[in-house]
Amino acid sequence: MTSSALLPLMILVPFVGAGIVALLPARRTELFRPIALLTSIVVLGMAVFMLVNFKVGDPGYQFESNTTWIKDLGISLHFGVDGISLFLVVLAAGIFPIALLGSNPDHDPKPYYGWLLVLLAGSIGVFCALDLVVFFVFFEIVLVPMYFLIGLWGHGRRVYAATKFFLYTMFGSALMLVGLIALAVLHQKAVGGPLTFDLVTLAREQALSTTASRWIFVAFAVAFAVKVPLFPLHTWLPDAHTEAPTAGSVLLAAVMLKLGTYGFVRFGLDLFPEASVWAAPVMLTLGVVGIVYGAICATMQKDLKRLVAYSSVAHLGFIVLGIFSITTQGIEGGILQMVNHGITTGALFLLVGMVYERRHTREISALSGLQSSAPVMAGVFTLVMLSSIGLPGLNGFVGEFLALLGAFKGARWWGVVAVTGVILAALYLLWAYQRVFHGKAEGENAKMRDLTWSEGAVLAPLLFLIVFLGIYPKVMLDRIEPSVKALVVHIDRNVEGFDAKDVTPKIAPAAKGAEHGGEG
Amino acid sequence: MTAAVLQNVLASVGGLPSIEFSSVAPSIILALGGVLLLTVVSVTKDKLPVWFPAVWTISAAVAALCTVFRLWIRVGKWGNLSLISGAVGLDRFSLFVIGTLCVSVVMGALLLEGYLRREDLEGPEWYVLLLLAAAGGTTMAAANDLIVLFIGLEILSIAVYILSAMHRRRMSSLESGLKYFIHGAFASAFLLYGIAMVYGATGSTNLARISTFLADNVITQNGLMLGGIALMLVGFAFKVAAVPFHQWAPDVYQGAPTPVSAFMAAAVKTAAFAGMIRVFVLALGPTYRDEWRPMVLALAVLSLLVGSVMALVQTNVKRMLAYSSIGHAGFILVAVHSSTAMGTSAALFYLLSYTFMVMGSFGVVAVVGRKGDGHHQLSDYRGLGRIRPGLALAFTIFLLAQAGVPLTAGFLSKFYVIRSAIDSGDTALGVVAMLAAVIAAFLYLRVIVAMYFEGEPGDEVAPVKVPAAVSVAIGIALAGTLLLGIVPDPVTHAANEATAELVAPRR
Repeated sequence: MTSSALLPLMILVPFVGAGIVALLPARRTELFRPIALLTSIVVLGMAVFMLVNFKVGDPGYQFESNTTWIKDLGISLHFGVDGISLFLVVLAAGIFPIALLGSNPDHDPKPYYGWLLVLLAGSIGVFCALDLVVFFVFFEIVLVPMYFLIGLWGHGRRVYAATKFFLYTMFGSALMLVGLIALAVLHQKAVGGPLTFDLVTLAREQALSTTASRWIFVAFAVAFAVKVPLFPLHTWLPDAHTEAPTAGSVLLAAVMLKLGTYGFVRFGLDLFPEASVWAAPVMLTLGVVGIVYGAICATMQKDLKRLVAYSSVAHLGFIVLGIFSITTQGIEGGILQMVNHGITTGALFLLVGMVYERRHTREISALSGLQSSAPVMAGVFTLVMLSSIGLPGLNGFVGEFLALLGAFKGARWWGVVAVTGVILAALYLLWAYQRVFHGKAEGENAKMRDLTWSEGAVLAPLLFLIVFLGIYPKVMLDRIEPSVKALVVHIDRNVEGFDAKDVTPKIAPAAKGAEHGGEG
Repeated sequence: MTAAVLQNVLASVGGLPSIEFSSVAPSIILALGGVLLLTVVSVTKDKLPVWFPAVWTISAAVAALCTVFRLWIRVGKWGNLSLISGAVGLDRFSLFVIGTLCVSVVMGALLLEGYLRREDLEGPEWYVLLLLAAAGGTTMAAANDLIVLFIGLEILSIAVYILSAMHRRRMSSLESGLKYFIHGAFASAFLLYGIAMVYGATGSTNLARISTFLADNVITQNGLMLGGIALMLVGFAFKVAAVPFHQWAPDVYQGAPTPVSAFMAAAVKTAAFAGMIRVFVLALGPTYRDEWRPMVLALAVLSLLVGSVMALVQTNVKRMLAYSSIGHAGFILVAVHSSTAMGTSAALFYLLSYTFMVMGSFGVVAVVGRKGDGHHQLSDYRGLGRIRPGLALAFTIFLLAQAGVPLTAGFLSKFYVIRSAIDSGDTALGVVAMLAAVIAAFLYLRVIVAMYFEGEPGDEVAPVKVPAAVSVAIGIALAGTLLLGIVPDPVTHAANEATAELVAPRR
């Protein structure tokens, strides 16, 4: 594999942009936005380049690069993307310019754009890091800019929300840090040789005892469960989402919420196949609880933004359900849903932000009849909302459907319960739409400005993707599938008694027995 | 020439050992620097410029640092040595610690420079004491004999007692000095009593001889030995401010002049931990580790939890940092507890990182304290992010580093400690340590919240002056904190090489 500088550059460019922003004097307020935009567009350009040059059908990592970072700890800056991470990187790169264009800070533009660029670098880094420590570094480093974004430019109880967000995540990652060091140390003791944190090596060699890997999986799982967030560790999310500025909410939804589910696929299933199968019932249950609980909570919300936040809890439940069904369709559906949720919920947050800018309230009861004063916005909202509900023909459907399909194959009864979530999603979103957009517009509501051209232009790419990926998801699936299949084969090979239900070519039982040697 | 003659005379008189002065050069430079400074200043009276003592001190520390580098290479070539008939051990461990102490002297002198001018307290005494304290610390770090270790500790402690009481217009400074003195005297007494008991049990105060004796003999009636170990541990625990021997720390840190608090947190801790590692890990490690490790474990867990929880409820930033330094002591105790070469390197890396982080933090605290050194409430930090964005950002980085956020020294130092704990099979201890770090993170966030999120844009904020010397110190600390987090390889390499060894004295 030839080394490619693309991914390190994608991480470095935003850091450089942040550095430039930091060095410019704060009174040159007009400069920061263009710099941030330019940087994010350059990164997006590189992401598109990557997407175009991605070899379809190759399950392995592409655009790999590997440089030693800390020699005596065996930590290296190992980056690469495969079908699982490709679209998440592209999504992160794509959503930044939109978030930047879609909202403005009301004060202090310099630190605002500086932190956003740091966040961009971290978001790219976290999805393409193939070294556990480097992943952890980015996983943690994205906290800091988001903390300041919520704390400085947020609404209402922003300090509370920011602190809660920071501490919850830090709690999870504290356990993960111990887990990942334990993993590397135990691996070294079992295999010999130098210490390594390299994901590829650790996943391939599977040197740990069952008990040890189960414990370490639990440590990782707590960190990811906080990030997803899974019930009962989810309470930071409604607060953080609601109090964050619009750009912050969009990025939380599109990028940060994916860290947990992505972590489960990349570091849960890949590193600990046996433990993942062992823990699957618990994870599935938590996922389903999230689907139903998130939906019920969303139904009861009085604040439009909070409603969208709780709908995220439900949507991410579907992703977890798909992943832990441990079937090709389920995992594919999970990954698709990660990207789709980013697009759809990102758009929803932008729309809610636009409503808030006009009306200075997000109370559902204070809004009504917006359809008459802002028909275009209502139309856009309808489309996005239908995608969120999972209407066939729009992107939300494909991921949810595949995740449920996988669940029915791998975990039937959880699938059965989860389907109710689809109905509930229709309930809370349609009801909210009805209250906000239908009815009679009075007072402020009647005078509300419709979508402007520039706002429409910001939303247009998202709307295009909602429709395009709903009709033609094959572009994504073609690229995701080989990697997911390889992952399921990897699990099948390493877990005794596990029967991958839909992997072809299937590993013959004889070969499987031979692989496990004397154990069987 | 004369020195050689003198040595010959001495040798003929009492059989005194020949002393290789170049090998103890760092300690000599620091001690002599202090004494000479006092002499020069008293001879020249007021003719010297105000900045002279600070520059002198920094030059002495840098010179000592240079000799450390030279000795480092020499030790690499010739191996570890024991000098002055086994009283001093020259190995890379002690050199690493001495280097760390020199760094803290440089930053301490810079902080003092700005502080003393603001408080109208200029005088050479501060710097003399600073250099003497550092000389004591370096003596401790290289001690191969319990008596030398004790002497080093006393030189260090007495100098710092006085330094904490030097702000003569502040009652709290005097109180702090007295409190530190009384507590410290107790600690020294404990340590000395422990040394006496260990001497009684093993027949030597030389660490190498103790180690050999214990390896060759099994003490059947080991009450004396165990008592000695326990008492020495109490003495060290006092010095590093480990729970439950920590009560002095918050009061003393709060009352002492802020640059002195910084020096205390960094240098005294470093030297005390160096002594602790020499005695416990090196001399007693092979034979008595099963006896002392549980005690250190208890100290570590208590320090981690009490330090971070108590820090949360403080409203005075200096007190907060004092409690957080207790938590950090807990982290280093985790490394000591693993009692391996890996643990020792982890402790060394942690101590160097902590020196940068805590000196930087206290540096910011010193300037925000404003004239009179009295503005240390959380509310005094309101709006700092608006009026002094650079200073606030630096403080934020120091605090996040202490919380263990990646790309800072704090993250990697925690990483090394946890790794050493897991490597010696104490995963649970690693979990406790990280959870304590999360609790402590809340406290650092509180300060950040005060700096950035509290107060309205229009609020009047008392101006904060940052003297040039202090900004240099903060700059050094910032560079250290970030460089150790981003390109740690040279330092981690050095820390890994800095294995301590007890070399038996030549007969």
